[in-house]
Amino acid sequence: MALLEVKDIYKSYGNAQILKGISFTMEKHETKVIIGPSGTGKSTLLRCINQLSPPDKGQVWLNGEEITNPKININKIREKIGFVFQDFNLFSHMTALRNVSIGLEKVKKIEKEEASERAMDELRKVGLEIQANQYPGQLSGGQKQRVGIARALAMDPDIILFDEPTSALDPELIGGVLDVMRSLCGKVAMLVVTHEMGFARNVANEIIFMEGGVIVEKGPPKEMFIHAKMTRTREFLGRIGTLYGEEEKGG
Amino acid sequence: MAVDFFQFFLNSLPDLLNGLGNTLILTFISITAGFFIGLTLALGRVYGNKIIKVFCIGYIEIIRGTPLLVQLFIIYFGLPSVGVVFSPMQAALLGLSINSGAYQAEYLRGSLQSIESGQMIAARSLGMNRRKSIQHIILPQALRISIPAWSNEFIYLLQYSSIAYIITVAELTAEGKFIAAPTFRYLEVFTIIAIIYLVITIISSEIFDRIAKHLSIPGIGAQERARPRLV
Repeated sequence: MALLEVKDIYKSYGNAQILKGISFTMEKHETKVIIGPSGTGKSTLLRCINQLSPPDKGQVWLNGEEITNPKININKIREKIGFVFQDFNLFSHMTALRNVSIGLEKVKKIEKEEASERAMDELRKVGLEIQANQYPGQLSGGQKQRVGIARALAMDPDIILFDEPTSALDPELIGGVLDVMRSLCGKVAMLVVTHEMGFARNVANEIIFMEGGVIVEKGPPKEMFIHAKMTRTREFLGRIGTLYGEEEKGG
Repeated sequence: MAVDFFQFFLNSLPDLLNGLGNTLILTFISITAGFFIGLTLALGRVYGNKIIKVFCIGYIEIIRGTPLLVQLFIIYFGLPSVGVVFSPMQAALLGLSINSGAYQAEYLRGSLQSIESGQMIAARSLGMNRRKSIQHIILPQALRISIPAWSNEFIYLLQYSSIAYIITVAELTAEGKFIAAPTFRYLEVFTIIAIIYLVITIISSEIFDRIAKHLSIPGIGAQERARPRLV
């Protein structure tokens, strides 16, 4: 049984059809990267998965349970689906530690003290122990995003959805966030929308290339980067490769 | 003259203090009751379904669209004709609370809507339901943002509670009238009263400022706003 099964998802906003039949599956602890031009529906797809914006048509299954079923307790399901946002969305009035512990306390009903301890462990994993008592307004973008990742991790999810986690960061801060994500590889399933081709190439089990609301092509990074079948995939990878060219060789 | 004024001041003091007591009761109770009314209306207007929204908007617009004095007259002089009778103090408290509720609702609505929607989305993504997200994430921030507006509202209520004088509540301004009328010493009496209002206004703004500073979130807000100085 697959961890996540996305079956023929459709989504429109007004007259604009964003997703036109998206299907794929993910196994436990797998990392998949979604790439594609802007406005292609990558973020929408992530939001359809955790039901922040439920799809118009199609199903999403998590651990053999259909979570697109309106009768399901979606709050319970969302505990199992972490979400990391492009612009962090940290809770401004809470310290880094509290940002991470609040979910444990209010959703998982864990005692405040234990929740804080566990939150501290998560902050340690992302290298932010020292910043535990700082507020989001006092952190750099990279630190904020690592808090965002710790917040998602603390809930002990089966899968974490990353929505362009490094797009809002200064170039020199991207590395730290990608390192943290790399360290999670194989411990929790990750579905990552990103333009970081180095990360995609080195970390992903599979790359999904989306354009115009459909999956154009998907496959292991080597196949995709070296001999993609579709012309459109090659064009896109070629262009983005020139953009990010030098960085990815290191990764 | 000075001695005479001092004697007069001492003689009027008990009445003035009595009036001040009623003014403060009016102010504190109506700002508190108005807060709960306002918070309910603001939450209803921002997060409620269509029916709740329409109700809240209706309340807010009707109350803000009619003069406080007219509202007091309806409560105090009008309602008895349908069998609902209030004492002057009750009528004033009710009127000021209902009125302040509408204004506070609008301040709070602005604050609620100023919190980036991303934080709500993040809370929901953690598995918090709507109520918890509002309670733990949105409200604590919105209430902080509202503090300057409350400072205004408090001063407004302090001063405009004097309108209760018209429905015979013996608050500060009314006491002033009682003291001044038989002696014609309007200038002295109302100068003293003006000073009392002024002092309380200054003290209360200072207190609200301190509360705001104390509750400000590090990294945002007044305390951290270090402006570059032009030398």
